[in-house]
Amino acid sequence: MKRTFRIVPAIALAVAVMGGVAEAQTIKIGVNEPLTGAFAASGTYVVNGAKIAADEINAKGGILGKKLELVIEDNKSNPTEAAAVAEKLITSDKVPVLMGAWGSSLTLAVMPKLMEYEVPMVVETSSSGKITTTGNPFIFRISPPSAIEAAAFKGIVDKLELKKVDFLVINNDWGRGTAEDFSKMMKEKGITVGSIETMDQGAQDMSAQLSKLKGTDSETIIVTTAVDQLTLIFKQAAALGLKKRIITTGGSQNPDQIIAQAGAAANGTMHLTTFLPWFPDKTPNPEATNYFIAEWKKRGYDFAGCTESFRGYDGIRTAAAAIEKAGKAEPAAIKAALWEINIKGLNGDIVFKKSGPAGKESGQSQPNVYLIEIVDGKIGMKTL
Amino acid sequence: MSQFLQHLINMLVLGGTYALLGIGLTLIFGIMNVVNFTHGVLYTFGAYIMFIVVHQLGVNFFLALPLAVVAGWLLGAAIELTLLRPLRGSDIDTTMLVMIGAWIAMQSGALWIWGGVAKSVTTPFPEAPLVLGPVSVSWLRLFVLAAAAMLIVVTYLLINKTKLGGAMRATFQDRDTASLMGVNVDLIYTSTFAIGSSLAAAAGALLGPVYVIFPQMGDLAAVKAFAIVILGGLGNITGAVIGGFILALAEELGAGYVSSGYRDAMGFLIIIAVLIFKPTGLFARSERVG
Repeated sequence: MKRTFRIVPAIALAVAVMGGVAEAQTIKIGVNEPLTGAFAASGTYVVNGAKIAADEINAKGGILGKKLELVIEDNKSNPTEAAAVAEKLITSDKVPVLMGAWGSSLTLAVMPKLMEYEVPMVVETSSSGKITTTGNPFIFRISPPSAIEAAAFKGIVDKLELKKVDFLVINNDWGRGTAEDFSKMMKEKGITVGSIETMDQGAQDMSAQLSKLKGTDSETIIVTTAVDQLTLIFKQAAALGLKKRIITTGGSQNPDQIIAQAGAAANGTMHLTTFLPWFPDKTPNPEATNYFIAEWKKRGYDFAGCTESFRGYDGIRTAAAAIEKAGKAEPAAIKAALWEINIKGLNGDIVFKKSGPAGKESGQSQPNVYLIEIVDGKIGMKTL
Repeated sequence: MSQFLQHLINMLVLGGTYALLGIGLTLIFGIMNVVNFTHGVLYTFGAYIMFIVVHQLGVNFFLALPLAVVAGWLLGAAIELTLLRPLRGSDIDTTMLVMIGAWIAMQSGALWIWGGVAKSVTTPFPEAPLVLGPVSVSWLRLFVLAAAAMLIVVTYLLINKTKLGGAMRATFQDRDTASLMGVNVDLIYTSTFAIGSSLAAAAGALLGPVYVIFPQMGDLAAVKAFAIVILGGLGNITGAVIGGFILALAEELGAGYVSSGYRDAMGFLIIIAVLIFKPTGLFARSERVG
């Protein structure tokens, strides 16, 4: 009887220790994405892409002999929530590295938390220039800032014979940043910039803005926003009889979804994207692209989401490569290792170069940018 | 000039649905003295019913609309019977808190059932718009305007020409006296809430196919509905209709000629002005309750 009493606490202790060991057997990456709200579709695609990367890594034995675990949280497309989610992931889940937060305003809201807790974050989608120029050494961005997009677009403006352009952009850091960077490039090229119209991120009716743009003497409209608002814009532009050329930026267009939902209204539109799932052979890394697309289809996801989800896939592979290189799952080591990695992303090599004020540079990779055109409901590639 | 005409056409189409949203809310406030925070969720509910009926059950678009209205009516009646009836006689703050709780619970429920990714409903209307000289408008939006106008007229006749409407107006003027005159006040409350809810669901069912459908779509709609009700005077149906068109006009002209960034702010600037200079609303009656 006495013996039993001695054994019980011993077993309890053993269970507790083993439980503790089991918990430390995974390496966590915090994923901070919009799964509800205005950017729900995009954020969900990115998370699904991230899961493919995690499963692929785990199937090959994980990292540092441990399983990779994604801790996924919804930032509700809301900057306040994005900051709260980052804090929760860092302090409660103890993740040593984050990926997020899709939108520029969301990422900008998270950035002070990274400074506070000294945890690095791989930025997979955001394109506002501010993210890598304000001096946050915990930021490592794999998506192109709008200035890179504008520079890539510069080569083709003569061929498109642009004379005067208007802008219709989402009223946040992403949209306003894009309007600024593209206006600058246009002016250098001698193209007149007309009116710059904005729309709220949750707005569903852009008829008023489009009616105004219909009346201007510009021949082209540059539109920057995510896919849900884009399809509404194409439908509403068609309903208003707006027949100007529309070029979208930002890489969150999901062109197949636009074709499916906007129909004929999508014809003749052009889109600056950062991935070519339609032409795997033209991507920098065809083998990986084919694997990713096959896996995406196998899981029954909508093909339209590929242009968005590849970023989640690349983002997780970037973070995992850094953990591997660091040799331990600790924020400072991962941050140092991020500067040294060189992995083959689906949209070019992911190598971080210094960006921003000296001494506290952020990392910026140099991804490719492509221009595609929708003709007769099909996607064609334009040479930049 | 053609831009101005286009803004006016947009205003008519938008105003019709704003009016529909406004009258449902003002009716409930005027008669029951309940601030209905579930109004936006009922709007969302109507839109999802359209999606389910058209895409998952494969029913005709035009048949789906009345089904959404009926579903809204039933949900409204259920809310009234389970949440508001037990609270009758309690102060307005308690009711308000319960309604805010119901709003959050129902919105989370929608998120749980349908997920956060937006859905869209296909309609039988042609993609090509109706072109009238310099202006054009989509057939779907014209249909929405016509349907909204019809619903507003039906509601007006129901309130002003039927026995139920008479009882509702009597309850609105003086609940105790109406009760003494043999009006079944419980029945009037349930009917009022169900009618107001079905109007919100109708607005959602009409606008869901125009835009996209997602769980939080009702939030902005509800804020606008509150704005319209304040503009038109609490409990005033004619005021809500006119308020709906004024808000739509302010948004269209504000976005078109002032700044599109402040489009959604325009309506609220008007409301602030109304609250300062005519706090009972533009069309308030002097014997207004609440």
